Amino acid sequence: MTIARMRAAVGRSSGFSDRHQSLSILALGVVVAAALPLVGGILGAVVPGFGTQNDWVGGFADAGVFVLLASGLNVVVGMAGLLDLGYAAFFAIGAYTYAYGASTFTGLHIPFWLMLFIGAAIAAVFGLLLGAPTLRLRGDYLAIVTLGFGEIVPVVILNLDSWTRGTNGIVGLDQPNLYGLAGINGFGFQSPFLYFFTVVAIVSVAFIFLYRLQDSRIGRAWVAIREDELAAASMGINTVTTKLAAFAIGATTAGLAGAFYGAKLGIVSPDQFHFDVSFTVLAMVVLGGMGNVWGVAIGGFVVYEIQHQGLHQLNAFMSSLNIPIISSINFINYQYLLYGLALVTMMLLRPEGLFPSRQRRRELHAETDEAAEFLAAETLEPPT
Amino acid sequence: MSPETGAAGPDAMATTTPATTPAILRATKVTKRFGGLLAVREVDFTIPQGSIVSLIGPNGAGKTTFFNMVAGLTEPTAGVIDLGSTRIVARPVRVWAEPVFWFVLPLPVALLAALLFIANQVLIGVAAVLLAIALLITSVLIAIIRPTWYVRLLGRVGIFRSARPNDIVGLGVGRTFQNIRLFANMTALENVLVGMHSRMHATLFDAALRRRRHKIEETESREEARKWLRYVGLRGQDYILARNLPYGDQRRLEIARALASKPKLLLLDEPTAGMNPVETSQLTALIGKIRTELGTTILLIEHDMRVVMGVSDRVTVLDHGETIAEGTPEEVRANPKVIEAYLGAPTA
Repeated sequence: MTIARMRAAVGRSSGFSDRHQSLSILALGVVVAAALPLVGGILGAVVPGFGTQNDWVGGFADAGVFVLLASGLNVVVGMAGLLDLGYAAFFAIGAYTYAYGASTFTGLHIPFWLMLFIGAAIAAVFGLLLGAPTLRLRGDYLAIVTLGFGEIVPVVILNLDSWTRGTNGIVGLDQPNLYGLAGINGFGFQSPFLYFFTVVAIVSVAFIFLYRLQDSRIGRAWVAIREDELAAASMGINTVTTKLAAFAIGATTAGLAGAFYGAKLGIVSPDQFHFDVSFTVLAMVVLGGMGNVWGVAIGGFVVYEIQHQGLHQLNAFMSSLNIPIISSINFINYQYLLYGLALVTMMLLRPEGLFPSRQRRRELHAETDEAAEFLAAETLEPPT
Repeated sequence: MSPETGAAGPDAMATTTPATTPAILRATKVTKRFGGLLAVREVDFTIPQGSIVSLIGPNGAGKTTFFNMVAGLTEPTAGVIDLGSTRIVARPVRVWAEPVFWFVLPLPVALLAALLFIANQVLIGVAAVLLAIALLITSVLIAIIRPTWYVRLLGRVGIFRSARPNDIVGLGVGRTFQNIRLFANMTALENVLVGMHSRMHATLFDAALRRRRHKIEETESREEARKWLRYVGLRGQDYILARNLPYGDQRRLEIARALASKPKLLLLDEPTAGMNPVETSQLTALIGKIRTELGTTILLIEHDMRVVMGVSDRVTVLDHGETIAEGTPEEVRANPKVIEAYLGAPTA
């Protein structure tokens, strides 16, 4: 019976002690940190045309950045139900904060580890600033305003030439440094391993926090607002602070990702933060499964790998086959077409995403829920 | 379940309240106009502490509008509502003066910055400008968030704005909805936990760092939420999704969710709508139990006269937005105006 299953599921998830949960996440982080370089090594040796283990591990590190972005956007879109189409703006703000704090451009050389927090904090402030005027907006209107914000930020960066070097971007960003700890000074752009391990560590810590938030007073408030904002307010939830908190948490995560991304690339320029980034991250959240921390992480990883490595491989593979027309197709040019197809297919076949949260699955598959059919056939009228 | 008839004399049609119990809610000349429609017209309404007061009237009489004004969802066109000694709802007073507050802190800093620029201290001047901007942003954010101390501060200088729904919950008013508005995809337990939101204090940081405060509060709240579910008769349904509960149980869950905020005043909007006679009498018993055991004052909107006559201490009848009768159930039942409103005038 459904009810028994549900009770078992809930019992299981809440039966975990917090320490247990955090330790599991950390352990998984270690496993990922160990396994992916191995995978990269094998792929580097086996798959022709793409590159060495280093290239693969570097790609995984970038994927980690997008996993971080996706899990941050998941708080805003998946949990609180606020459709944010300008998420790349916070990513940009984090990256440019790093560029100002740790590069030859300003002459400041604040340590990378400190800049992670500063970048996150500055992005959080901007998250509040964007959140405040949009609090009364819902659904489509909110999406349009955030879309505008997401477009404004790169344009401003592009046009403030004297402050941001405009389209050239800021170059010569500091590498992370361990100050001789374990014999490591600079991270070095040649070996991506340290970047990879760092991003795994950041993602793991972020996940612990996100999980804890999800399962708390504020996490419930987010879901309640998504379900029925008016009822949530009538139950004593301060919708203003709760929504602002969601925006701020999302922006913090993006700022963290941005600071790391800037440090890894060593350059920031406005064209890294256009709408396609916001859209890609949103697609990761939707494809992975809104509201589910792990689903979104996997969605982020898979989408990034397909976009940046899978399509290259497909190109190389197809051209090596020497089939007339197909071999001359450059699949990278069609990546947004493929996105579109993937999204349409997903929405038709599996609207809740690859790995949905329990809640979303219930929302979208009411008809398969026996209990719902049996018990509540005549009851629920949609909220007005 | 015999109604406790108050000390109402034969001509107690006016807003008399039993002298011993102070009013928990007092509405004075509340009016609400929707465009050309006068939904509520100069309604005076008093709820004595610890009583069950019913608001009845034909459809479209303005009952739910009045309810929504008490809960802070709708602002009245005129009139005031006081909860105890706190004014919760009224027309805004002097709100145009509020922006002045936002400049109290940043303006001196900005002037200082100007002086610094004049004195050629550019670097410190820039820092001062940044500080002024930060202060302005903070002030505006505080105005948007509206913490209680800010509202009190505004009250000192005579600026008034109606309390928001969540503030009113914090002041001790819980409510249910006419058309059930549970969080359908959350479990019964989670629904009640959301109801306890205003009584919990763990912040974002407490939760993120899993501080003691969060852990203790979370465990205790879950325990208490189960208690509320049992109290309304939903034993063992903790992990069932709200939307999968049978209709009657959804109504009960709404009451549990409202009770979880430990309200002094509970607003029930047609709690027995759509129920069968057995469920109705069970719910009537529950309402009586809430009053006697928890000491909660109850304002009830109801169409089912058995419920109204069964539990109410006093009944107010609205028709076309106006109070047409007020008194004990017996008095109201015998009132010719009420009969006319419900059945039409004898000479039709």
